Amino acid sequence: MASGATTAVPAGSEEAPAGTAGTSGRAGIGTGLGRYLLNRISGAVVSLLAVLFSAFFIFRVLPGDPIDNLMRDMQAATPELEQALRAEWGLDEPLWVQFWSYLTGTLTGDLGVSIQYQVPVMQLFTDRLGPTVLLGGTALVLSVLIGFSLGARSAWLSGSKFDKRNVNIALIFFSAPTFWVAMIAIIIFSRELRLFPTGRMVSAHTPDRFWPQFLDIAHHMVLPTITLTLMIYAGYLLTMRASMLDEMGNDYITTARAKGLRDAVVRRRHAMRNALLPTTTLVFMAIGNVINGALVTEMIYTWPGLGYTFFQAIAVPDYPVLQGLFVIFASATVLANLAADILYWFIDPRARKA
Amino acid sequence: MSTPSTPQSSRALRMRRWRRSAVALWRDFKGQPAGLAGLIGLSIFVAIAVLTPLVAPSDALSVTQASGGRMAPPDGEYWLGTDEFGRSVALLTLYGTRVTLIIGIAAALVAMVIGTLVGIVAGHFEGRVSWILMRITEWFMNLPTLVLAIVLVVVLGRSIAVLVIAIGITSWAGTARVIRAQTRGIEGRPYLERARALGAGHWYQMGRHVLPNVTPLVLASTIMAIAGAILTESTLAFLGLYDPNNLSWGMLLNRAWSNGAMSAGAWWYVLPPGLMILVVVLCFTLCGRALEVALNPRLRR
Repeated sequence: MASGATTAVPAGSEEAPAGTAGTSGRAGIGTGLGRYLLNRISGAVVSLLAVLFSAFFIFRVLPGDPIDNLMRDMQAATPELEQALRAEWGLDEPLWVQFWSYLTGTLTGDLGVSIQYQVPVMQLFTDRLGPTVLLGGTALVLSVLIGFSLGARSAWLSGSKFDKRNVNIALIFFSAPTFWVAMIAIIIFSRELRLFPTGRMVSAHTPDRFWPQFLDIAHHMVLPTITLTLMIYAGYLLTMRASMLDEMGNDYITTARAKGLRDAVVRRRHAMRNALLPTTTLVFMAIGNVINGALVTEMIYTWPGLGYTFFQAIAVPDYPVLQGLFVIFASATVLANLAADILYWFIDPRARKA
Repeated sequence: MSTPSTPQSSRALRMRRWRRSAVALWRDFKGQPAGLAGLIGLSIFVAIAVLTPLVAPSDALSVTQASGGRMAPPDGEYWLGTDEFGRSVALLTLYGTRVTLIIGIAAALVAMVIGTLVGIVAGHFEGRVSWILMRITEWFMNLPTLVLAIVLVVVLGRSIAVLVIAIGITSWAGTARVIRAQTRGIEGRPYLERARALGAGHWYQMGRHVLPNVTPLVLASTIMAIAGAILTESTLAFLGLYDPNNLSWGMLLNRAWSNGAMSAGAWWYVLPPGLMILVVVLCFTLCGRALEVALNPRLRR
């Protein structure tokens, strides 16, 4: 995790020229965009298919039979029950038949039925999506704002005390296991100081009106949001800092300074604007990090989102939920990357040049 | 060192060049206090991992022979209090070092082998092979790796080997990318051109010329990867995916969590394993960064 984020370079910056390499110089932007989109979308479709294949491979082909695992932990396990379960999940059919029904099922939104809740995984997903988007979105916005502004300032004052302190704090949060930071936070702020609730999204006795509900959710959200933000902001800070340092060596910065522009203007209007190009797409690409972080955060604060659902499925183990959410999480990162690529076309003219 | 006048074998020459660059690398590494601190810290951790099973009382892990109270706060006998069975948290934490380090290092090695192989091959061959390998790398890079690791451990079972493989498989992509870029740079150098002109095969070129040149970078990237692997292992263990027979820090934190250390306010059970994870990961990160700087003078600013 740590090394990944420090060395992460948005794929768009490297791939974009290659994607349009075929377009000749006189081709208009319209055809260029068409080709670019086609290229990216077909790539995303292949990635999505790879997600589907790998999910099937992991859950049906790899050794480790779900029924066996389930039977081992079950109290009243009988051969009849085993047979019934195998038939219900279609595990007694040949592999290619299983694959076909899995493929058609998944593509039509049928992800199977949860073992522990006895409801379709798709319904579970739509029920639990809201809290995750709320928590993950808030933390993502916060960490982007904090990470980008601190990273840019840090690079601008590189070598100063401010820079060193920023980088050191970021490194510590990079190195700290987030679940542990959250545990300490709960002990201090919830148990000892009694400032925030230890978990869940709303209290049972809150009146069912907008403002009380809103305030209660906000109150419950404070600790999880801080935890998740601390978990992901460091990556943004270090990337922004590196990108900014790259820009600062360029001639146009010297020109801007020579023109007599104020320091803050050079930083914000010139350096930061260019440094933002590769880092903006990174926001989309780090969606996988946000999912990883949300999983741990939601588990600790019993936040009723997708991550918590996934965690609850581990112990059972609730295979349909694990498989369905794996496909959903992985697909979300593929789609976020596609969005990043498309965004890159619009914000960086260099991506359009053949 | 005196320069011998007699012609030496190519092997001896190569060894000498290796030794000289290793000395230069050490000199550049030594100049960085943070990296040095990391290295000292790591040697302490390794010493703890090796010595604890030899020095500590052998019944420290035994549930039945534990003498302390249930989650008793720190006192004269138990410096860091006790766990839910009355065992000493201090000793448990020391014992946890070994398994945590073993899993972290082994998983990073798995990632290193896959990443280096993919990186070199993708950098050496151009065209379709490279394209396909880089798409696969990108796919692994963008995936929520923790989710994939969890799914693998749940399906394959909870053992050290499975943890190592699951973490290794989900964390090689970054290495592959860095190694590929480096390989691309090496491919253009004259000695490879010469080797090709003399009819060297692909595997010979990659093994004899590219691999030795990317090795230092592989080393730096592997050290950083250990930090990531330890964090992932701790997270998996905390989520309940640990090998029950092998105590790691993440497993300790999971036990603390599931036995109500939080509601009991048993900070002495939560604090030590987490601090150990933080410090060991920090040490590996500092070491890796210092090594990267020593290898790449451009980073020195």
